[in-house]
Amino acid sequence: MKSDIELIDTEGKRNDGRGPQDIRKIKIEAGVLHRADGSCYLEWGGNKVLVAVYGPREAVPRHTQNPLKAIVQARYNMAAFSVEDRKRPGPDRRSVEISKVISEALEKIVLTDQFPRASIDVCIEVLDAEAGTRCAGLTAAGVALIDAGIPMRDIPVACAAGKINGQVVLDLGKEEDNFGDADLPIAISPRTGEVLLLQMDGHLTYEEFNEAFDLAVKGCHMVSEIQKKAIMDKYQTAAAEVNE
Amino acid sequence: MTIVPIIKRDYIIKLAEQGKRIDGRDFNHYRKIEIETNVVNKAEGSARVKIGNTQVLCGIKMDIGEPFPDTPATGVMSTAAEFVPLASPDFESGPPREDAIELARVVDRGVRESQVIQLEKLCITPGEKVWLVFIDIHILDYDGNLFDAASLAALAALSTTKVPVSRFLKDLNEKDRTSWQKQILDLYTIPGVDEIPFGADEANKNPNPIQDFPLPMTEPPISCTAVKINDFILFDPCFDEEVIADVRLTVATDHNGDIRAMQKGLSGSFSKEEIQKVIKGALDNGKEVRKTLKDVVSS
Repeated sequence: MKSDIELIDTEGKRNDGRGPQDIRKIKIEAGVLHRADGSCYLEWGGNKVLVAVYGPREAVPRHTQNPLKAIVQARYNMAAFSVEDRKRPGPDRRSVEISKVISEALEKIVLTDQFPRASIDVCIEVLDAEAGTRCAGLTAAGVALIDAGIPMRDIPVACAAGKINGQVVLDLGKEEDNFGDADLPIAISPRTGEVLLLQMDGHLTYEEFNEAFDLAVKGCHMVSEIQKKAIMDKYQTAAAEVNE
Repeated sequence: MTIVPIIKRDYIIKLAEQGKRIDGRDFNHYRKIEIETNVVNKAEGSARVKIGNTQVLCGIKMDIGEPFPDTPATGVMSTAAEFVPLASPDFESGPPREDAIELARVVDRGVRESQVIQLEKLCITPGEKVWLVFIDIHILDYDGNLFDAASLAALAALSTTKVPVSRFLKDLNEKDRTSWQKQILDLYTIPGVDEIPFGADEANKNPNPIQDFPLPMTEPPISCTAVKINDFILFDPCFDEEVIADVRLTVATDHNGDIRAMQKGLSGSFSKEEIQKVIKGALDNGKEVRKTLKDVVSS
């Protein structure tokens, strides 16, 4: 899908004022919900995502239990009012697919063999959507899992790269996603560089893929720093309260 | 029910006998209420309400659609509530359970029966096109008293809703536009108490037919909920109180001090005196809550 709409000018400035390698503004807060075992609120550009983690707890129905390890069940859900035209509440094919790929990404990083027969439930609620909700959801899930004290190999993080007007750029915005040439969301384990989630749609050459992939990894590391800061902030605030 | 609420029940009753509650409140007192509006950019109006640890988000979406055949010149509203598993370890995904449906219907009645939204002012072309208003309630954190939190969130979100005329202008043909222009010019020139929409200021009295404008509203009733545990009546129950409560009563009162809606819940029972006590408490608390809401939506 080649677009005629100008999304990036000759000087490399994008419609929202970003350069090709800039991510949108990200704000992360850990531990925002009372009932959940762990939670995270994340704003990424115009995306607003809330994640709660419950568990490890007994997996139900029982046939879903694995006697050797825990299962990780992510549920990605969009609020009816989070998009331009109201979305009918409840799961659709898109959200079921996203839930599946996020569950699989998280299952690799959680030390599931410590909790046989258990379930770790990750509820991802998209409250406001503006391109890149699966990356926002997975990134917030990483922080919420830490907040819940779930043992993990690393803090998973996601970011997308893409192609607009033939140029590879980081973290597509709304228009860039709709009218761009390609979108490549990935999630990695930042410590090892292992790829946990990878999807692509559009049209990329082999060289462009390499460029976009490297850029997305770079974006993941940028987001990872913001994740770590949010977690540190939470514990420092908690420590300060104890010392009072 | 697990064993924990049964142990907590003894504790809550023991405290109540000394006139106390687990979080130190008086029987009639509400937890701290916080209202934040315009929290979702994609929605036409939105609000997040916190009552203590309970958090509810309400978003309003609008669309253009066909009116019902029996009310051809009236807008259409619908209310839905999602008990997403994020909000409580006991909520499961899947189709709405009966509590979610009850909640949505009680909020819907509160808005509909008191004509909070002036639906007759949301007609574009009679019999063909009217505005549709979707009230979607998302429970984020469940620590009791969802009825009050959800209805307050709906009212706050509606009060900040802008009818998205500019976005839908392309869907209106010449006939619709002429009809809508006439409707909107009539809209705010009818003399009477409803002249200025609730939460809007004088400047919005004469909106332009092609511009977004505040949803026409009247003064809403405010819901207040109490539960009975043994013989004690406790307002604004937190989760621990709600799970062991015998019976619950929600009373919506308007700005004149009249009763506009009621809903009894759970399998216990009330005497007439107890109901009167709840109504009185709902009137007192309603005044406070109304003030909190007005401060937020008019600022």
